[in-house]
Amino acid sequence: MVKKILSVALCVAVLVFIYAPILLLVVYSFTDANVIGRWEGFSFDLYAQLFRSEEIMRILLNTVVLALVAATLSTVLGTAGAICIFYSKKKIAAPIKGISQVPVINAEIVTAISLALLFSMVALYRTYFSLIVGHMVLCTPFVVLSVMPKLKQMDPNVYEAALDLGASPTTALFKVVIPQIFSGVLSGFMLSITLSLDDYIVTAFTKPKTFDTISTYVYNAVKNGTNSSTPALRALSALIFVVMIAAVLIVNLRARKKKEGAK
Amino acid sequence: MTELKKAKTSSPLKKEEKIIEMVGVSKTFDDTAAVDNIDLYVRKGEFITFLGPSGCGKTTTLRMIAGFDIPSAGKILLNGKDITDLPPNKRPINTVFQRYALFPHYNIYDNVAFGLKLKKVPVTYVNDKGETYTKLQKLTSKEIDEKVKNALAVVDLEGFEKRSVSTLSGGQQQRVAIARAIVNEPEILLLDEPLGALDLKMRKEMQIELKEMHKKLGITFIYVTHDQEEALTMSDTIVVMKDGQIQQIGTPASIYNEPANAFVANFIGDSNLFNGTMVGEKLVRFCNRNFTCLDDFEKNEKVDVVVRPEDIRMTSPEQGMLRGKVISVVFKGVHYEITVLVGKTEVVIQNTESRSVGEEIGLDILPDGIHIMKKEFTVNKYDGYITKKNTVVFGDGEFECDVTQLYPGSRLDEDGYLITAEGEQLDLTDTDVAVEVGLTDIEISDNEDEGGARGHIVSIIYKGDHYQVIVRTEENEEDYVLDTEYLWNENDFVSVKIAPEKIRMTLKQESAQK
Repeated sequence: MVKKILSVALCVAVLVFIYAPILLLVVYSFTDANVIGRWEGFSFDLYAQLFRSEEIMRILLNTVVLALVAATLSTVLGTAGAICIFYSKKKIAAPIKGISQVPVINAEIVTAISLALLFSMVALYRTYFSLIVGHMVLCTPFVVLSVMPKLKQMDPNVYEAALDLGASPTTALFKVVIPQIFSGVLSGFMLSITLSLDDYIVTAFTKPKTFDTISTYVYNAVKNGTNSSTPALRALSALIFVVMIAAVLIVNLRARKKKEGAK
Repeated sequence: MTELKKAKTSSPLKKEEKIIEMVGVSKTFDDTAAVDNIDLYVRKGEFITFLGPSGCGKTTTLRMIAGFDIPSAGKILLNGKDITDLPPNKRPINTVFQRYALFPHYNIYDNVAFGLKLKKVPVTYVNDKGETYTKLQKLTSKEIDEKVKNALAVVDLEGFEKRSVSTLSGGQQQRVAIARAIVNEPEILLLDEPLGALDLKMRKEMQIELKEMHKKLGITFIYVTHDQEEALTMSDTIVVMKDGQIQQIGTPASIYNEPANAFVANFIGDSNLFNGTMVGEKLVRFCNRNFTCLDDFEKNEKVDVVVRPEDIRMTSPEQGMLRGKVISVVFKGVHYEITVLVGKTEVVIQNTESRSVGEEIGLDILPDGIHIMKKEFTVNKYDGYITKKNTVVFGDGEFECDVTQLYPGSRLDEDGYLITAEGEQLDLTDTDVAVEVGLTDIEISDNEDEGGARGHIVSIIYKGDHYQVIVRTEENEEDYVLDTEYLWNENDFVSVKIAPEKIRMTLKQESAQK
């Protein structure tokens, strides 16, 4: 019994350790104070400010559009790459697969500096092009990583069966292969969105000067410590947190339903 | 859809009607030859089976006909036209895969309709000016509906259109796979071990159904299996393969009754295989007795003799051509399988009558029950045993040998015991071993005391750059076949020398289990 209480207590402690900062943020998003840590009574003021601020709304839109564009392009590129690796000869496929995964473990700051260097050499530094390519570099390896296992699970004869029934390789790819690996493609896309949404380092090194995403905007706004010039960002952060939690819950619930359905 | 059910007029097949022809086809994967220079043709409308153990190249051959693998060398012709490099979607050939390969994201209807929806057929129109012209057109959904319905009817799956793949049993899925292939009205249907994943009862049922379907559709079936019974039951023609090469092509009956070599005999049906020697015109010697046979081979040629278990008759011990003791009787349903020990050889008999274990019986083999095959002679094989002195006795002789090869990593101690790699001390006296000696590893000498065995030279055949000599011992008529550069005379009395390191020995199964 004591053991049980202890183990529960430990779990709670770990969770508190992880969630305390975020919870604090959520709590303080309901008070109208410039400095974090001061409680000036409960209010929805920050939320009102948030939605009234045209600048923040514009930046929010920037971030979302960037994430969608970068994730879509990365998904196309990553899926094509994974299929290419999968159908290559083993001697070629193994090294390519290895190399394609290096960016995953590479320090992001290294990636960011290399990108900055490359684009300044070709005079595309700090353009939308460099920004999108930067995010694609970030996301594509993860798409490859999530599509690859689905390809391996696929019955290799299914593609051949499609060819056998008269489909051209392209038709077979779109009608048979893609539908079967679609869950992998989708999870690669979702992963890319989250990666792109909260990326700061690569964005900071590749973005056009006048362009901001939430990450870069928040960073600049709170650069001087807790004394934030725009307290509405607390409300924004709290909202992002809630949205993410909701997204995770929905994905998990759907997965569980599917599992039960399969039984 | 009458086209599907329309049977071809079943005129006797002419040789000219070759639908598929493979000429010198090879396929190598990373330096290993999966298929090695094969030539074969498939006649229009026949049910042909590629039969062989796994890894024999049968599936690769099928995949080359389908177009999934491109031959490394050689040509494939379809109706006389070269299709070697034609992609699978351009070939009028459809495949049924072993693991069905249905599209799991489509329902049964869409699976079967997959090929039809992609198909374009020429349609003839008459325009305003009265000119006719043809246009490639997709099938209308009504036409597709009808064809799908008919194909599902052929495989007895009417009403399954809306079901999803995962709700079907293995047998049903395989039927869908067959429907999906035949709905395209291919000229050839390829079946890659299609019943391999089904249980025995279902397999038997599907065998009959496939055979009926073949009759009904009138198209060419090319079937791949490792199950010899399946091949014998279903095929018009069987191609037996081993190590990427064709061993024999023939009707089921000819392959069963006249196997081309020991491998085919062993692989198809149960058989007794004996080492024999031709001793006269249509006279073969095995089991220490001469038998009249129907096959003619050169005198003194070493041959493989096949006797099917059902071709041996049991008689009283006095009357039989051979005499032996029953060592086991197994009831097999239709017949008994009786194993008889004749001398040192086990002979298996299938008969509806039983005998009791230990009983002495006689065996008769009629000339037409004996099939003789040319021996691909590469090595001398003997049964032997180890003596106290760690020499080996075989072929009526005694030879020095290296007994440590029987146990990897072992050595001999000073008392002559064998110490195994694990440190166990073994006395090898009377251990039964299988002995192999290469043809070039045997020397003969005029000095009678020099070698381990003695005998007369009974045959000398000139083989281009050397002579192949057979020395036969007197006691048990054991033969030593050897290649030598020197010319000897027939009937010379010689002794046989074999260097100890050239005697290859392996433990016999029974003693290995001790």
